[in-house]
Amino acid sequence: MDSNLRWKAVFITLVILLCIFGLVGLPAFPTSLAQLRDNFSKRIKLGLDLQGGTHLILQVQVNEAVSLQTDQIIDHLGTQLRDKNIRYDDLRKAGDTQILVHNLAPDSTAAFRDLVSSNFPEWDLAPAPGEQSGYLLTLKPSTVGAIQAQTLSQSEDTIRRRIDALGLTEPVVAPYGQGANEMIVELPGEGDPNRAKSVIQAGGQLELRRVEDANPYPSEAAAMAAHGGILPPGTELLPSKTVDASGQGSWYLADRAPIITGRDLRNATAIPSTDNPGSYEVNFTLSTDAARRFGPFTEQNVGRPMAIVLDRKVESAPVIQSRIEDSGRITGRFGQQEANDLALVLRAGALPASIRYLEERTVGPSLGADSIRHGVQASIISLLVVLIFMVFYYRISGVNAVIALLLNLVILLAALAYFGAVLTLPGIAGVILTIGMGVDSNVLIFERIREELRAGKAAASAVDLGFKRAFRTIIDTHVTTVVSAFFLFIFGTGPVRGFAITLTIGLIANLFTAVYVSRVIFEWHLAKLQRQAALSI
Amino acid sequence: MEFFRHDVNLDWMGKAKYFVGLSLTLLLIGAASWIHKGSLDYGIDFKGGTLVYVRFASTPPVDKLRQGLVQQGLGDSVIQQISDIATPNANEVVIYLPQRGQGNEALDAGKGAILNALHATLGSGEAGKADVNDSSPDTIAEVLTRKDPLSLGTAGATRYQQLAKQLTDYRDRQARGVVSNLDNLREAGATPPVLSALRDSFYAGPFAVVNVEIVGPKVGADLRRQAVFVTLYALAGMLVYIALRFELVYGAAAVLAVFHDVLITLGLFSLLHFEISLTVIAALLTLVGYSMNDTIVIFDRIRENLRLMRREPFKAIVNRSINQTLSRTILTSGLTFLTVLVLFLMGGQVLRSFSFALVVGILVGTYSSFGIAAPLVVAWNYWKGQGAVPVSGTTAGSKTRTGEAQGRLAPAGRR
Repeated sequence: MDSNLRWKAVFITLVILLCIFGLVGLPAFPTSLAQLRDNFSKRIKLGLDLQGGTHLILQVQVNEAVSLQTDQIIDHLGTQLRDKNIRYDDLRKAGDTQILVHNLAPDSTAAFRDLVSSNFPEWDLAPAPGEQSGYLLTLKPSTVGAIQAQTLSQSEDTIRRRIDALGLTEPVVAPYGQGANEMIVELPGEGDPNRAKSVIQAGGQLELRRVEDANPYPSEAAAMAAHGGILPPGTELLPSKTVDASGQGSWYLADRAPIITGRDLRNATAIPSTDNPGSYEVNFTLSTDAARRFGPFTEQNVGRPMAIVLDRKVESAPVIQSRIEDSGRITGRFGQQEANDLALVLRAGALPASIRYLEERTVGPSLGADSIRHGVQASIISLLVVLIFMVFYYRISGVNAVIALLLNLVILLAALAYFGAVLTLPGIAGVILTIGMGVDSNVLIFERIREELRAGKAAASAVDLGFKRAFRTIIDTHVTTVVSAFFLFIFGTGPVRGFAITLTIGLIANLFTAVYVSRVIFEWHLAKLQRQAALSI
Repeated sequence: MEFFRHDVNLDWMGKAKYFVGLSLTLLLIGAASWIHKGSLDYGIDFKGGTLVYVRFASTPPVDKLRQGLVQQGLGDSVIQQISDIATPNANEVVIYLPQRGQGNEALDAGKGAILNALHATLGSGEAGKADVNDSSPDTIAEVLTRKDPLSLGTAGATRYQQLAKQLTDYRDRQARGVVSNLDNLREAGATPPVLSALRDSFYAGPFAVVNVEIVGPKVGADLRRQAVFVTLYALAGMLVYIALRFELVYGAAAVLAVFHDVLITLGLFSLLHFEISLTVIAALLTLVGYSMNDTIVIFDRIRENLRLMRREPFKAIVNRSINQTLSRTILTSGLTFLTVLVLFLMGGQVLRSFSFALVVGILVGTYSSFGIAAPLVVAWNYWKGQGAVPVSGTTAGSKTRTGEAQGRLAPAGRR
């Protein structure tokens, strides 16, 4: 054997060893067969369609955050206009990103323009269409984009914290699709996804607010009537969460500005209720900073009710008994899991915008096991058929093809393990197609070698020419398929992507095994062959 | 050994008009079925809605179930019984409910209603007991730890967790999701005391829900659009690559041939009522890649032969190239076809549509390489009056040959 060939053989052996190590050598070096198997199942991660579990696709309603921003700016702008004595008839929202200032006093136009350009630089100012001295403020598209992006990433973080707190094994939270504000949540394993869904969906916006009127009203109309049709400035009506037997809710008149919000919480835990045995409540503690505000506030308001508001609904409105420093509790006849989940949501923080579910898929573990069995069975049978045929048809050279194909599969699996890619059902289909392409490469080469032999070439030069000529074709077919797989990967989602990944890896591995490795084996075989002996092909 | 004579000399291009006729017929049949039905049979991925996949311990009571669904106000639901060659008695049904309304509640409502109908029709079992086919290992472990049938004391929790996992593994693998009788758990290693403890808290329900899919309406429309664009991008990418490696006309011919394959496959899907799902899209794209692969092998040979056989007419070169690659084409296509046929027959319900697309795709993809792509290139060359001129552009001075004039008047593949 010449030294060139020897080096190639060493290189191939190294690649094989690296692949086998990647498949079964990690995380702990195997010392027993059981551990080998264990390592393998840890290294090859199965997708939800094979191992069972739930996947959710949800969309963050990012425009809610933009709309909220506009609301806040309307408040600020109104206050500043009053401060500067700029008169106008009306200030209202004209869409998620637009504010309409109606009938601005003509003599203060200049002052108004100055105010907007200095204090509200992220707003574009333009005369309102169809109005004499009206103005339209539009939030700059770049700012809108920034708010949306921030909302999305905050939501992702919040959802991840909440899902992690559920204590499930290896959940995945990741952005999904292209720029549609969508996210995918994957929850492997068994179980009803409803709990996870409600935990993800919970707004989690906690506020403690001062209650203006000690007693709640039976309806909004009654509250309005009690105040002569106009609510006191800085207050609003909030509905209670609970309704009585006749379906009647109650309404609280509370301050707009909260004293404490969810951000001020240091911790929240669920504990059994002392007042209502059998039910649970949620205790929370405040950060030092918030406690410094809360102490004086409760002292001044002893004897008055304070509303505990969750997602804009009054959970309860207990009367402040004495000065409270840094802790409180939310009572409301929660069940144990309900209380646990609420505490979890409070700890994880509020969502900046609401969530809408687009898709939910739950694969039971038995279906997953079925799919693995079917997929593996089909793969093994096809592989056997192909291998037997190759040996039958190409004799000793067929053994060469068998080695190339098997090695191709080993490299493909090892690459999945090294990249941490997930094997899904379409992925198995990609594997089967890789077998097909691998066979094609071998057939192309072998048929070409036969052609050269028929043309009267000696074995060595027939092999050389066969590989050389077939290589051009193989490169063209592989590159074309990889180009299309590339587009699948970039623009596709879910199953299409998994398919593209396995197919691409498989094709690259095939170039190595069917062309390089196979060639080396041929050369090694030729070197041992008698001078005039025929090639078995 | 060899199956094929290596000196085959078939006049493929002379039969081009039959190929075109065959393709047009297939395309027309597909189009007629497509137009007749108004749309393809889209799977849940594309049309949205709720799909619940239920496995039964014995033959599913489909009629009773249908009545139950109607009673729950789900008259528009569709029940489909599943079986395949690998598992003829699969005892499985798929219940599909179209999407109603938007929003999170509407998304959940369908699933809830179907589950209610299932329980109402098939009995919700014994009062105060849980369905063992609907319990997680944790629930079972908890019950066992509480009852402690093996008298292990406080140290038993881990042991019971293992046991529960063992039982659910048996349920999910050997029993394929449904344990028809609690006594069967004996096979999974449940001893009599464990069994009696289980019997106090569990019963074996007649069915198990093995898969639930809920897809909102927006996702479906997005995906449909996305699928079309992905395919077009992939085709454009391949067109560019082939145009660079060969010539533009080769790229165009290959892409047209592949397009033809996709349309014929979709036509067959329509004709035979197979559903188009996301995985089918993956299969269609594979078909695209496969057919392209096959076409390139022939084109590659044409390119090589053009250099070797400068004086031959273009048509003869193409015929020769197809004949030379014939044994390879039959071997590869045959083996790949076998592979996907196995997948089609044994791959189970989930892969049914996927593998059908591949089975059809490999046949059509192989055929279109010599039946469509090659004749297109030939037709183009004759139309350009370059019948005997190598594609590389060197004029062989054969423009005045009579074959040329004929070729121009009646190019192969054009009528």
